[in-house]
Amino acid sequence: MGMNIIALLLYLLFAPFVGGLLAGADRIVTARMQGRVGPPILQPFYDVLKLYQKEQITVNKVQDFYVFCFLLFVIITGGFFFAGGDLLLAIFVLTLASAFLIVAGYCAGSPYAEIGAERELLQVMSYEPMVLMTAVGFYMFTGSFRVEEIIQTQTMPFVYLIGVFIGFTGILTIKFRKSPFDLSMSHHAHQELVQGLQTEFSGKTLAMVEIAHWYENVFLLGLVFLFFVNGTAWSVVLGVAVALLTYFIEVFIDNNYARMKWEVTLKVGWFTAITVGFVNLLVLNFM
Amino acid sequence: MSTLLFLIFFPLLIALLLLLIKRDLFRDIVVIGGAVVIAAASLLLGAMYFYVGGEVFAAQETQVGSLMMAIEIALAVVIVFLSVKHKKYPPAIFALIQTPLFVWFEITHGHHIKVVSNLYIDRLSLIMVLIIGIVGSLICVYSLGYMKDFRQHHEGEKDRRPWFFFLMFLFLSAMFGLVVSNNLVWMYFFWEITTLCSFFLIGFTKTKEAVNNSFRALTMNLLGGIGFVLAILVLGIYYDTLELSTVLMYGQMGYSVVVPAALLVFAGITKAAQMPFSSWLLGAMVAPTPTSALLHSSTMVKAGVFLIIKLSPVLGWNGAGIMAMMVGGVTFLMASFAAISQSNAKRVLAYSTVANLGLIIACAGIGTNETVWAAIMLVIFHAITKSLLFLCVGTAEHSLDSRDIEDMDGLFSKMPRLALFMMVGISGMFLAPLGMLVSKWAAMTAFVDSGNIPLVVIICFGSAATAFYWTKWLGKMAAIMAKAKNLEAHVHQSEWFTFYCLVYMVIMMCLLFPAVSTYAVVPYLETVFSSVEALALSSSNLQIMSGMVALIILLPVLFFNKRHFRKKKIVSMYLSGVNTGDSTKFYGSMGNEVELSLRNWYVESIFGEARMTLIGNILSILTIVSVLGIMAGGVL
Repeated sequence: MGMNIIALLLYLLFAPFVGGLLAGADRIVTARMQGRVGPPILQPFYDVLKLYQKEQITVNKVQDFYVFCFLLFVIITGGFFFAGGDLLLAIFVLTLASAFLIVAGYCAGSPYAEIGAERELLQVMSYEPMVLMTAVGFYMFTGSFRVEEIIQTQTMPFVYLIGVFIGFTGILTIKFRKSPFDLSMSHHAHQELVQGLQTEFSGKTLAMVEIAHWYENVFLLGLVFLFFVNGTAWSVVLGVAVALLTYFIEVFIDNNYARMKWEVTLKVGWFTAITVGFVNLLVLNFM
Repeated sequence: MSTLLFLIFFPLLIALLLLLIKRDLFRDIVVIGGAVVIAAASLLLGAMYFYVGGEVFAAQETQVGSLMMAIEIALAVVIVFLSVKHKKYPPAIFALIQTPLFVWFEITHGHHIKVVSNLYIDRLSLIMVLIIGIVGSLICVYSLGYMKDFRQHHEGEKDRRPWFFFLMFLFLSAMFGLVVSNNLVWMYFFWEITTLCSFFLIGFTKTKEAVNNSFRALTMNLLGGIGFVLAILVLGIYYDTLELSTVLMYGQMGYSVVVPAALLVFAGITKAAQMPFSSWLLGAMVAPTPTSALLHSSTMVKAGVFLIIKLSPVLGWNGAGIMAMMVGGVTFLMASFAAISQSNAKRVLAYSTVANLGLIIACAGIGTNETVWAAIMLVIFHAITKSLLFLCVGTAEHSLDSRDIEDMDGLFSKMPRLALFMMVGISGMFLAPLGMLVSKWAAMTAFVDSGNIPLVVIICFGSAATAFYWTKWLGKMAAIMAKAKNLEAHVHQSEWFTFYCLVYMVIMMCLLFPAVSTYAVVPYLETVFSSVEALALSSSNLQIMSGMVALIILLPVLFFNKRHFRKKKIVSMYLSGVNTGDSTKFYGSMGNEVELSLRNWYVESIFGEARMTLIGNILSILTIVSVLGIMAGGVL
């Protein structure tokens, strides 16, 4: 119990730093791949601090409420995860958070934000089955949905959940909103929807979205990490290494692909779930 | 037992009374009075039996059987007459098959079979009684206001509201009878009455479409009725019993009751509008909205799932159970997909009902204590939430003159209270930490535990699709529109009353569901299953969910204080710099002003209704035909 609370506190305090640093590293790597020097690694933090100093303007008075709920429930998602709680619960709360973000996009009533919100919704639908099946995979392998019990396992879950792992990392590109699946919003300046879902967010509201993404990314990488723990110190190192590697592969993919159509997003998400995910679960069931 | 009989006969009395009343004022008084008494009597019955757990009643009345048979024959004559009159022959044929078959059986066999107890009450039927008594009565109260508007929209026609309210209360009476009948012959009697009531309610407006759809509903439900009669025949002739409790006891003692169970499951599938019979429920949308609310939430379709849940201890890995799992699973998935492509609010709700019933039936089909827990919880939450949603759509329809989701754009600005209630309802259908999601979560865990991986995958995909169609509706309503006019002034008081009650119930159920589980559902499961050692969801998870519900209720209260409204400057949205001033218009390419309008996404090319229904129907028909075919082969 004590350990859980410490892990929870560490997460609450340091996840934004880790997430922000990863975002900074992402920008440097991206810049180098494009032959630029890129910003300092702390740039995402400077951006967010600056957003907090902007004049408070908004298109309506409920939008920031939805965004605040998005941030809050993203934090709670990771909270359940890092405190050793129920994995499926964490995933459901993340869906709740996404719903708040999407409604925040819709409520602006603006064409760019609304189309962005619709696309974000499609992205959720594309990755949701595989994310749920990932949790089911862990449950079938360890007999528990609780993270604190999953990490007690003696065998590395990766060994038995290799299909699920491939599927999960496959949909991570959609989840991270990276190209070729950055339909709803993008950090790159090449999109037709202005800032998509985020178009009407500004100042503190936009800063909250950024911070939420940092927390969310740490949670997602935590899920990658979970595939590799088996109680030994080496597995922790391996887990962290694979999580970081996954992140940088996503950055790499981001910079090497043009955006694809939404149909491709849906098909990729569902096809991975119905093939590697489903087959892996079937095999587990018969073992 | 007197309370039980009161619940069956009192609504019947009110129904007959309403048939005679022509004045609005008297009708208001009788309906409200009747609804209050029915709800109170249901609560009283709950108070009497929830703790005790239940009771069986002999109710040995030799006359009842003959009376029921006489009514059955009269109903068959009515069906045949109406079918011939409208030149719709299939219902007539089905009625001419089942009623003589039934009468023949009653005279030759049924009379000699001793029935120990005709009526019973247990915690499952109590839950149903409460749903029917409270949600059903509220819908009747709501109808008062709705039907006044309906009357204004249909001026010049004959005022047929007495007939409408007669049917509504008759429906309640039949449903009460259905959920407390242990004698299957009695249950069949009430079953047929609900079929007839829904037939008349669907055809209420007498338009061509309404008449066609009402006959479709009648045909499909009578087909299910044939299944029911065959089940009674098989039970009477081969098992020498007509009692539901005995069927369940035989099953648990190890005798195979799979053939009658499969026939009853088939009857349940038709009633619960599973594929390939889903079209009758979608067609039922032509009826006045309270009818839809009643059919979808507390009566008709719930009769079907009630019967299957009741049978769940004898289902599982046998023909009957597999039929329920397959048909339920396929329907859940395909109906969830089809809902994506719909822009008519009532059709979205209808597909969502079909999908949820599919999930309930799949849960009941697996028949472990975990899945049945989820099934009962789904029934409870679905009843309350879906009635709220239907009634909200009904009111929105009368205010906006449209039931299209596209026309609900910015409803939050036009009808803030109504939109808020709808948002509560919609969130309740699919979001954590609210009831439906918790039940789905339990179902998913239970599916894994039972080793049914295809169903696990189905629920993963189905949930994703469900989130898609609800969220886009939610977003559409949440849009804030500049210069919106408030349209809420015309909404009747009786409608608000119903909304407040239902919203309150939704919230309370979400907050209190650990208690509902502990005091109502688990005790029922303990009497039915030999052991209830592990539930799918631990009580700590349930409490976390309750805590989150409280948090979500508190958040807006904490957030929207005076300071919040003062501190921010409102600006117009980004329209590529061609705004005309406010956010409703922009300058087009020729310099003219263009009204801004946004449309939602229906993904027709992938989730088209026709395609989804076709796939679902084929898979379901294959399942039903092969299961029943194999059984017929075994019997013959």
